[in-house]
Amino acid sequence: MEDIIVSVAQRTLIAGTPLLLGTIGEVICERSGILNLGVEGVMSVGAVTAFIVTFYTQNPWLGLMAAILAGMMISVIHAFASVSLQSNQVVSGLALTMLGLGISGLAGKSYVGKPLTVKMNTFAVPYLADIPIVWKIFFDQSPFFYMALLLALAAWFTLEYTELGIKIRSAGENPKATEAQGVNVALIRYGCILLGGGFSGMAGANLSISYSKSWIEGMTAGRGWIVIALTIFALWNPMRAVIGAFLFGGIFVLQYLLQPLGISPNFLAMLPYLATLLVLLMIGLGDSKKLNAPAMLGEPYKRGER
Amino acid sequence: MKIRIIDREKITPGDQVLALVFSVLAGLFVIGLIFLAFGVNPFFAIGKIFAGSFGSIYGFKETVTKAIPLILIGVGLAIAFRAKFWNIGAEGQLLMGAIFGTWVGLNWGPHLPAPVIIPLMFLAGFIGGAIWGLIPAFFKIKFAINEVISTLMMNYICAEILIFLIVGPWKGKTKFGFPYTDDLPASAILALIPGSRIHYFTLGLALLTVLVLWMVIYKTRFGYEVREIGENPEAARYAGIDFFKTTLIIMAISGGVAGFAGIGEVAGLHHYLSYPDSISSGYGFTAIIVAWLAKLNPFFVIIAGIFFAGILVGGDAIQISLGLPAATVEIFNGTLLVFLIMGDYFLKHKIRIDFHVRPRTIKHET
Repeated sequence: MEDIIVSVAQRTLIAGTPLLLGTIGEVICERSGILNLGVEGVMSVGAVTAFIVTFYTQNPWLGLMAAILAGMMISVIHAFASVSLQSNQVVSGLALTMLGLGISGLAGKSYVGKPLTVKMNTFAVPYLADIPIVWKIFFDQSPFFYMALLLALAAWFTLEYTELGIKIRSAGENPKATEAQGVNVALIRYGCILLGGGFSGMAGANLSISYSKSWIEGMTAGRGWIVIALTIFALWNPMRAVIGAFLFGGIFVLQYLLQPLGISPNFLAMLPYLATLLVLLMIGLGDSKKLNAPAMLGEPYKRGER
Repeated sequence: MKIRIIDREKITPGDQVLALVFSVLAGLFVIGLIFLAFGVNPFFAIGKIFAGSFGSIYGFKETVTKAIPLILIGVGLAIAFRAKFWNIGAEGQLLMGAIFGTWVGLNWGPHLPAPVIIPLMFLAGFIGGAIWGLIPAFFKIKFAINEVISTLMMNYICAEILIFLIVGPWKGKTKFGFPYTDDLPASAILALIPGSRIHYFTLGLALLTVLVLWMVIYKTRFGYEVREIGENPEAARYAGIDFFKTTLIIMAISGGVAGFAGIGEVAGLHHYLSYPDSISSGYGFTAIIVAWLAKLNPFFVIIAGIFFAGILVGGDAIQISLGLPAATVEIFNGTLLVFLIMGDYFLKHKIRIDFHVRPRTIKHET
């Protein structure tokens, strides 16, 4: 029994980590007022990039860096369209997803089915590794897990307590007033979209060089869309995203665990989406100001327009 | 030199066509570059795509077959997008239509002749799609819930419901344990144009839908209200337009016609329910580009629908002949969409480059 609990808890954290990484990025992006529906595509690009670079260099850390870079680079498209051209963010986000899925499929064509000989090894935290049960769950994880937690903390602190965070949030709340304060809203939003892209790239790398050590087409399997849902579920707060990501990760694991007991895995698979709708409903019923929703999310901002 | 971006005061239909043609050509050029970067001969690949879909009678018949759902969904999305309701849940609405319609076909089909059961199935399909479209519409108007997210979530929920049905209660007794429903009875199956897979009943329905929705948008008071809500919501509110009622009707239509597409696919091609991916190859998402390319005009949806159906068919062709992955076709869709966005921008704005900026006169004090 103890073994099962440890294994379920461990796998929950493993499944939740890529979701958390992607969600931190989307939270930052949406806080600046930009809705980015391209996560699924960018994640896929990150996954294939990390795989190919690790495949040739035999160094997963290089693979991770390349994935972050690739994620940022392809996100420029969304930044250009939504910030510079003030286009509809839904449409350009979807374009990014399509493009990302297409390019990653084409780039990864000849790597399908080839396993990596190295991967991001798990890392046991010294000293803490002596606590029974707990250490196995929390302190013998892939570096992605620790990085995700630290980055969530950093993103939360930055958004809530620093000047940069105030600038990002006010760009999402009231871009006109922000601009009047001498802040370059376009620059902030570009930065946030690129940063979000980097996070999605990292989430993709997590999948291809740590979660599994292979590349197949469509390996992101809708995680990018779960990230969009999680961002709302977390009410645009990186620390709440931690709870949300591992909750959703747990649902992933439970699908397989509860199937033999006669509980339909489809109902469990539905839960993240139902939960998100429920959270949206709560936001709608409550006061959206109190719940952090960026006021100008998804609204194009044109400089100098009255 | 000074670069300024100014708004274009007047946009003629000629400008629109020019922007469209130029966007598509520029898009194709970039797609070629992407192919080149991955070591695929761009002329061969792009040529193969269009030869595969428009270059042969067989290919063109397939293109028309795939255009049927794209036109139906695209025209429904066009009306929703006109009211600025960002319905990206057509995929789920299609599946719900397939579920409702198939239930009617399986349960009532054995007792009813084709002229009765087929309209009933399509009616059920419409109702299924409409219900799936009405939920997010209701949420948006009553609770201000962002429809982009809610329609997206509804897609996944519907896909899971469908899988639950086919592996569970609806699993066919004649399917040897495969997760499919039983075949629809013969009376519930649509006839095809001989030598093709074109189910002409659905094709006719799609064209009729285009005609009706065109008249609705441009010739009725309701259409005026839809456009007013999208273009000028403040004025619409002032004019006393009932947002709640209008949005519900829009989404019932938008979801309902996607439901038509869903039951059309099942009754025309598959004859039983199976996994979501096999019932729809992402038609709900591709139709978003179709509607966008058509500038939300129902008649243009026909052309745009055939164009993107061609890319889907051509995508299958290069998959087989060049061994390229299935996702390659997404590069087409994504890149063209990006260029359509840019084309839109340059249609609405002018870039003026002043080469001779008058030098400021500087007075020297002596």
